Amino acid sequence: MINGLMTLSGAWDKLRTDPVIRMMVVAIAFYGMSTFEGPLMSIRAVNSLSHYTDWTIGHVHSGALGWVGFISFGAMYCLVPWLWKKDRLYSNQLVEWHFWIATTGILLYICAMWVSGIMEGLMWREYTSQGFLANSFVETVAAKHVENVIRMVGGLMYLSGALIMSYNLWRTVRLPSPASAAATPAPALIPAE
Amino acid sequence: MKNIWKKHGVLERRSIVLTVAILLVVSVGGLVEIAPLFYLESTIEKVKGVRPYTPLELAGRDIYIREGCYNCHSQMIRPLRDEVERYGHYSLAAESMYDHPFQWGSKRTGPDLARVGGKYSDDWHRDHLIDPRSVVPESVMPPYAFLSGRELETKDVQAKLAAMTKVGVPYTQDMIDNAKADLMTQADPFAPARDLKGRYGEAVLQRDFDGDPARLTEMDALIAYMQMLGTLVDFSTYEAEAPENLR
Repeated sequence: MINGLMTLSGAWDKLRTDPVIRMMVVAIAFYGMSTFEGPLMSIRAVNSLSHYTDWTIGHVHSGALGWVGFISFGAMYCLVPWLWKKDRLYSNQLVEWHFWIATTGILLYICAMWVSGIMEGLMWREYTSQGFLANSFVETVAAKHVENVIRMVGGLMYLSGALIMSYNLWRTVRLPSPASAAATPAPALIPAE
Repeated sequence: MKNIWKKHGVLERRSIVLTVAILLVVSVGGLVEIAPLFYLESTIEKVKGVRPYTPLELAGRDIYIREGCYNCHSQMIRPLRDEVERYGHYSLAAESMYDHPFQWGSKRTGPDLARVGGKYSDDWHRDHLIDPRSVVPESVMPPYAFLSGRELETKDVQAKLAAMTKVGVPYTQDMIDNAKADLMTQADPFAPARDLKGRYGEAVLQRDFDGDPARLTEMDALIAYMQMLGTLVDFSTYEAEAPENLR
């Protein structure tokens, strides 16, 4: 993660101009967070609280949507113009929309799952002053209602971001190719070392 | 030494060599974890009372898996104070030794079901499966009313038992040959049960589980399965500290 972020040393201003880099930076931030969270959740004391709760669900989604999803978005925005020989994306403005909608969506999703997961874990093990379990199981289900609504909103935002991307990439593929593209031979490959 | 470090280019330029090297490194972890298991006499202690599922319970378990019940219900009570008080004695490894695949689950959107057997009546289960909110108003479980309308498929029950023997469940030839008869017997309170109980033990529950004596439905099988979950071991006599249970 540190290696990934520090690759931007001296070029942080690109975050403002290059939406693809921005996607990838968020991806790497989520990568660092979810791979730290995973071992944390394997510690017995933490796991006794987190296991079987929404916390686990939030954790896997921060890995799947945050890391894998955002790095894939970045890669697609980079690869599609290359593969279809276009000199630009159809719209950087739409990438910007995708970025902010998806980032807000996933933050809502994951924060809601943290809150509901930790809450239900604590409610399951809550005792009254007389030593009885304080909550029936179904009370913990009812208590999660608001968080699950936020989760749904966040998930829909993430999905609409992906739909914006699909539209943008489809329009990119249909852009007219630059006239010189067919004539210019592919650049010679340069060895990495 | 310095030259060895410079040789990594050999690996990086040849994908097959790199793949083989990765496999070698990764297999170390697998070997360290898996190889010792072949030298252990047993990884699961034997506990009195644990038996393979009857044909009807096995059919119910297959419906449980088909409907994805395991996505929301776990079957594993951890040895933590609140879980033991809420659900009952913590789960023993032996209690899921005949589960293929195991049903421990990983999320409790609904409560743990490892010891749900005997906790509620058959009528409660039927009402709950037909309309969960009729008995638990806050429930978020979807209804499974269609189960009471669907005839239980019984023609493959022998094959199911035979398949289980392939993964180590000790069904005898006698059990496999009589699987269909045992299945019908268990759901019919008036059928002679001597053979069924001779094969699966006196404690086998024999009754009309779905309250519709005219038909044998998927509801029968699922309720039969749930009513035996976690009831096989008699915890009034089970001693966790006994030497045979501490192996």
